[in-house]
Amino acid sequence: MSIILDIRKLTRTHGEGEQAVHALRGVDLAVQAGELVAVMGPSGSGKSTLLTCAGGLDRPTAGEILVDGNDLATLGRNAVAALRRRRIGYVFQDFNLIPALTAAENVALPLELDGTRSRTARKYAEAALTEVAIGELADRFPDDMSGGQRQRVAIARAIVGERRLLLADEPTGALDSDTGEAVLQLLRDRCDQHGIAGVLVTHDARHAAWADRVVYLRDGVLVGQSGPLSDAEALLQESH
Amino acid sequence: MSIKHGLLALLREAPKYGYQLRGEFEAATGATWPLNIGQVYTTLTRLERDGLVRAAGAEAAEDGRSMYEITDAGRAELASWFETPVTRESRPRDELAIKLALALAVPGVDVSAVVQRQRMSTMQSLQELTRLKRGGGEISWQLVLESMIFAAEAEIRWLDHCEAMLLRHRAAGRASAVKPTVTDVPDQAEHHTGAKK
Repeated sequence: MSIILDIRKLTRTHGEGEQAVHALRGVDLAVQAGELVAVMGPSGSGKSTLLTCAGGLDRPTAGEILVDGNDLATLGRNAVAALRRRRIGYVFQDFNLIPALTAAENVALPLELDGTRSRTARKYAEAALTEVAIGELADRFPDDMSGGQRQRVAIARAIVGERRLLLADEPTGALDSDTGEAVLQLLRDRCDQHGIAGVLVTHDARHAAWADRVVYLRDGVLVGQSGPLSDAEALLQESH
Repeated sequence: MSIKHGLLALLREAPKYGYQLRGEFEAATGATWPLNIGQVYTTLTRLERDGLVRAAGAEAAEDGRSMYEITDAGRAELASWFETPVTRESRPRDELAIKLALALAVPGVDVSAVVQRQRMSTMQSLQELTRLKRGGGEISWQLVLESMIFAAEAEIRWLDHCEAMLLRHRAAGRASAVKPTVTDVPDQAEHHTGAKK
């Protein structure tokens, strides 16, 4: 198995001197192709900072981040942006869809920004929407969709093309629990069937439990980890 | 777990042999509580003694085992079981709550470390239960599985709550070294914390 996301001794400090806030302090985390890792921890523990650094949206104060073998620190601004468009997908709690664009146009946008011709981009977008089971909603606008459908559009946008890394920040936060579970099922399937590496930030243990591994952050330090999974039958034997 | 009432429930529709009861019990609960055939026959004997079931006529199987059928008294007992909620007091004591209480009471124990270890262990169980859930299966089994998932989830939330309470307690202890006080103002995220005390 190849490592898609390799975070080494990641430190992120905001501000300087007495006012310095240490969001992350020497975090190591490697995520393999096909693996889904959940990051948990109290608010202010550094979960979201970890995700934004991994996605190249924020720069570490120290340490290394390699995405699909590319060291983000050695890439220029444009190269990081290109990597983000081609290899990294984001899913946010509030979907971040553009209301003036249809579902298909929202999904096609990163490809078009990357220079793909719009007919080709449209084809990829339709395929991605079909994969998340809302192919028939391609021409609908976000405002005419339910929360669950909007999050599916956001996931389609995050997986369109040849993405290798899927980063999800509280993707179920705005959804009811059944819809949230369906979204988790979808993220899980992407990792299982397409060899994508996934990182899921959540405060919800029920949703984190869909991951292969759960890591726990406190005050910018990884303090615990559970998984990979052991034999499920053994669990049933233990439970009485 | 009441095997007695479980068997009565399975006998409600039709008379059955012991091995049948065992199989159906496990099918309904997803083998969460495996029964051995000895337990089934011991329970049936006790139910027969109490007049809640009786051997069903001459239909003895080849191995000499009898079929059992539910009596009117058995039906009444079963109805009352379904009508009565399970009280929390009737469940075993919560070892984890006791462990944490003692960890606090005994000097020299790192309570935060106890909480963190428990959190990751419960998380592991929750992951494994979730994997079983993804495997699908009978609705009755899914229901039993969800019960275990909700319990694990509640335990993790309770552990988060304990940790937050401990932090506040320590902060209050530092602020007024004379007499520490614990506030009972919950965090926003903790409003839906499970029923554990």
